[in-house]
Amino acid sequence: MHELADAYRRGDVTPTAAAEAYLARIEKLDGRVGAYLTVTREQALAAAKAAEGRYRSKAPRGPLDGVPIALKDLLCTRGVRTTCASKILENFVPPYDATVVERLAAAGAVMLGKTNLDEFAMGSSTEHSAFQPTRNPWDLARVPGGSSGGSAAAVAADLAAGALGSDTGGSIRQPAAFCGVVGFKPTYGRVSRYGLVAFASSLDQIGPLAKDVRDAALLLGAIAGPDPHDSTSVNEPVADYAAALDGGVGGLRIGVPREYFTEGVDPDVQRSVRQAIAVLCELGATTQEISLPTTDYGIAVYYLIAPAEASSNLARYDGVKYGLRAAGAKDLIDMYGRTRAVGFGAEVKRRIMLGAYALSAGYYDAYYGRAQKVRTLVRRDFEAAFAQVDLIVAPTAPNVAFKHGEKEDPLAMYLNDVFTVPANLAGIPAVSVRCGFSAGGLPIGLQLIGKPLDEPTVLRAAYAYEQATRWLERRPNLG
Amino acid sequence: MSTAMKTDYEIVIGLEVHAQLLTLSKMFCGCPTTFGAEPNTQTCPICQGMPGVLPVINHRAVEFGVRAALVFNCRINPACRFARKHYYYPDMPKNFQISQYEEPLAEDGWLEIDRPDGSWRRIGIQRLHLEEDVGKLVHEGPLATAQASLVDFNRSGVPLMETVSRPDIRWRRIGIQRLHLEEDVGKLVHEGPLATAQASLVDFNRSGVPLMETVSRPDIRAPEEAAAYLRAFRAVLVYLGVCDGNMEEGSLRCDANISLRRRGATELGTKVEIKNMNSFRNVQRALEFEAERQSRALEAGERIVQETRLWDADRGLTRAMRSKEYAHDYRYFAEPDLVPLRLDRTWVEEIRRNLPELPRARRQRFVTQYGLPAYDADLLTQSRALAEYFEAAVREFPNAKVVSNWIMSELLRQLAADDERAIAASPISPARLAGLLRLIDDATISGKIAKAVFEKMFRSGEDAQTIVRREGLVQVADTAALEKMIDEVLAANPKPIEDYRQGKTAAAKALVGLVMKASGGKANPALVNQLLQEKLSRMRG
Repeated sequence: MHELADAYRRGDVTPTAAAEAYLARIEKLDGRVGAYLTVTREQALAAAKAAEGRYRSKAPRGPLDGVPIALKDLLCTRGVRTTCASKILENFVPPYDATVVERLAAAGAVMLGKTNLDEFAMGSSTEHSAFQPTRNPWDLARVPGGSSGGSAAAVAADLAAGALGSDTGGSIRQPAAFCGVVGFKPTYGRVSRYGLVAFASSLDQIGPLAKDVRDAALLLGAIAGPDPHDSTSVNEPVADYAAALDGGVGGLRIGVPREYFTEGVDPDVQRSVRQAIAVLCELGATTQEISLPTTDYGIAVYYLIAPAEASSNLARYDGVKYGLRAAGAKDLIDMYGRTRAVGFGAEVKRRIMLGAYALSAGYYDAYYGRAQKVRTLVRRDFEAAFAQVDLIVAPTAPNVAFKHGEKEDPLAMYLNDVFTVPANLAGIPAVSVRCGFSAGGLPIGLQLIGKPLDEPTVLRAAYAYEQATRWLERRPNLG
Repeated sequence: MSTAMKTDYEIVIGLEVHAQLLTLSKMFCGCPTTFGAEPNTQTCPICQGMPGVLPVINHRAVEFGVRAALVFNCRINPACRFARKHYYYPDMPKNFQISQYEEPLAEDGWLEIDRPDGSWRRIGIQRLHLEEDVGKLVHEGPLATAQASLVDFNRSGVPLMETVSRPDIRWRRIGIQRLHLEEDVGKLVHEGPLATAQASLVDFNRSGVPLMETVSRPDIRAPEEAAAYLRAFRAVLVYLGVCDGNMEEGSLRCDANISLRRRGATELGTKVEIKNMNSFRNVQRALEFEAERQSRALEAGERIVQETRLWDADRGLTRAMRSKEYAHDYRYFAEPDLVPLRLDRTWVEEIRRNLPELPRARRQRFVTQYGLPAYDADLLTQSRALAEYFEAAVREFPNAKVVSNWIMSELLRQLAADDERAIAASPISPARLAGLLRLIDDATISGKIAKAVFEKMFRSGEDAQTIVRREGLVQVADTAALEKMIDEVLAANPKPIEDYRQGKTAAAKALVGLVMKASGGKANPALVNQLLQEKLSRMRG
């Protein structure tokens, strides 16, 4: 991405040529990868042309001007259908742009299209899309992770220079790990959620998926910052993330949580992450073992809070105002029932039911109420840890990309989020960067978790690690 | 009311009042709140519950809530939260309403009401909270017409949402089934299956308008007290400028809980909730009916069922709603899209300092300062605008009782209402009313002429002086002219003169009337009387 912008400035390539090259590549390869649900060719070429004019008159808008990017199809785009990979919104065309979409457009970025996801971002494999599965560019028989699997696969297969995803329990970081790209989940409130179709409001955050750490920093810089449309957005100025990359990790205290290196973790993953920690030490960081005792409860808490909020957020899809309406209903209640029965997939229904149950009278205290209390404990765990260290390192996921259909048991799928969910519960920033390959040649993700609003330190450490290693040289072979 | 009930049972009533706040924009988005705009023209993605939208609190609505809470002597919570209340209904775009649940804006206050005997009672207020209003469901045409479309409905199933007629009128069309039971159940029950109505439309203009809900304690002991509470409540809100108080347009809505218990009992009886009462009178009538119904049931040894009943004003009775219509588990939880609302102490104190004089205080002042009867003071203080109109007029014409009489008998007869809007729109300003009254006072015109002038002022917007001068309405006080008029009347009416001569002094009164009539009401009545008496006594002598 940043290389592309440099090339535009030098005049080696034009934004139009780049956009055309990406569109051609999508046409050639996406039939096999399945990253995109909608390709916005016309809009992309028009935006590229406008960017080209700005470069010609030596007035580009910044490092993203003319850069072709992809957006998870959970971000509202004015006039461009936004499906959330659900039948219920198959033909929904938003009348407004999400704040992040506005900000990227203002920065001159060129939208190539909307990428696939697990329906309403509920899943860890992008198999739960109502329209198509997305395949992992490193091994098409495997999943790209999820729910931002389309965005991760698009970046990994070079079907976009960068992308945006959303992360509720790991939905940026886990697919980034599975596809070997950089995926950044910012502090809760750092990026406006206005226009992000809500899954779990208190956990959702939008963030970048990128080829390298610098690109992630540039994308994050463009979308971060307070927004009057989002009351939960943090009213603090945004640091210059790209400028914060240099400086290394000398003197940085890194915590290694013992709960993240257990038997359930794939040996290849364990080995790669341990080696990565060694690299950080060689670069001048100090490490110490820490404990995050509530790690084991993360999944349980998450799978109460997220479905509870989802059951509420998804109540609006009822066939009355927009989206799908099932035919043949004999009365209103029947219309609601049929629309939602046909419109939602099995995983979404499962979570709506879980959530409605957790919130219902008589069960609230035992489930949702209790989960909120434990969530506070999870947050305190991190606060205690960050009193001793500046950064926490861990695997992003306990395993590498699995095969399509391999995890049909929902619980097995949920457990894939065990290392990513805590950062969402605590609302703190975390990134996944490539730190090696499994014996089978699949990428492995290293997760760096930071203090609230300390995106600069997370990015700086990730960048130092990336610069010191040569993992990025390997690329997936799609012919 | 039956005698059994009066003696044996005590009525216990609590009221829940929803007031639409007079903010310029909605509770959680920037859409305007104007009443009566074309359907769905005052909407945006937020109040239509589009995917991805987020609410932002309207701080003006919070300020209005604080004003009311202060006047109701509530404890204002330094931090409050919004919560989602879930239920499925087509007028609610998100299928949850953003309301307040565990941490409302304010709690534990009271409102004092006056009773007819001059005493007063304090009614406790349990809580006051803010929420958003829902959209509005409307029939597609009258039900009779809809029945004619029965075939269409059956063939096409639930009609698809669509845009009808003009592009600026975007009615949402949805299937009708149980939707209208609240308003129309009586009719529907008698007209057969609900499938006869073909479609319903939703107007989201009202969706998201700020509402303030106030829940009283069960301190009310009689239906007329409930009406008094509501009247006092409305007067306060109108005075504060936070609500226009219009019950028919739905700006003020009231639900009631009522139960009966044996006199002397300390435990509350089983309560029944009553909905669908759209005027003070209906609130009182519904509660009277329900008290009677419950007392009869209890007398007959029946058990009162806890339920929601609808008031049917046409038939004058309450009717049970089907349990499906209200049996909800609202699944409340804290609204995750909004952070807790913290109220700055100094801001609250600033609001307190700027509170206006309230109706009760003003009413008392009107009695002491102006010497008005309690009845006048009560009527004139029903709205702030009216009270201010009165005071402005008295400043120019310092005979308070005369001003009060003219406002009560003439002005209010001409105006559509006594609210802010109607008073502000009055073609007769306080100064002009005073001008008219001065003309009576200095005998330029008679009281009778003045009433006609008032009507002309109201219609034309001119001042009294202009009308009186142009139409030659100045009172005739010229003795020569009057004597000529009297002579003519006497010449034309020998009968009353004969009566008078025979000692019937009342005949003189009739003659005065005839002279007044001949003058077109312009003669000075006192002068006519004096001159006539002189002439008659001369005739007799």
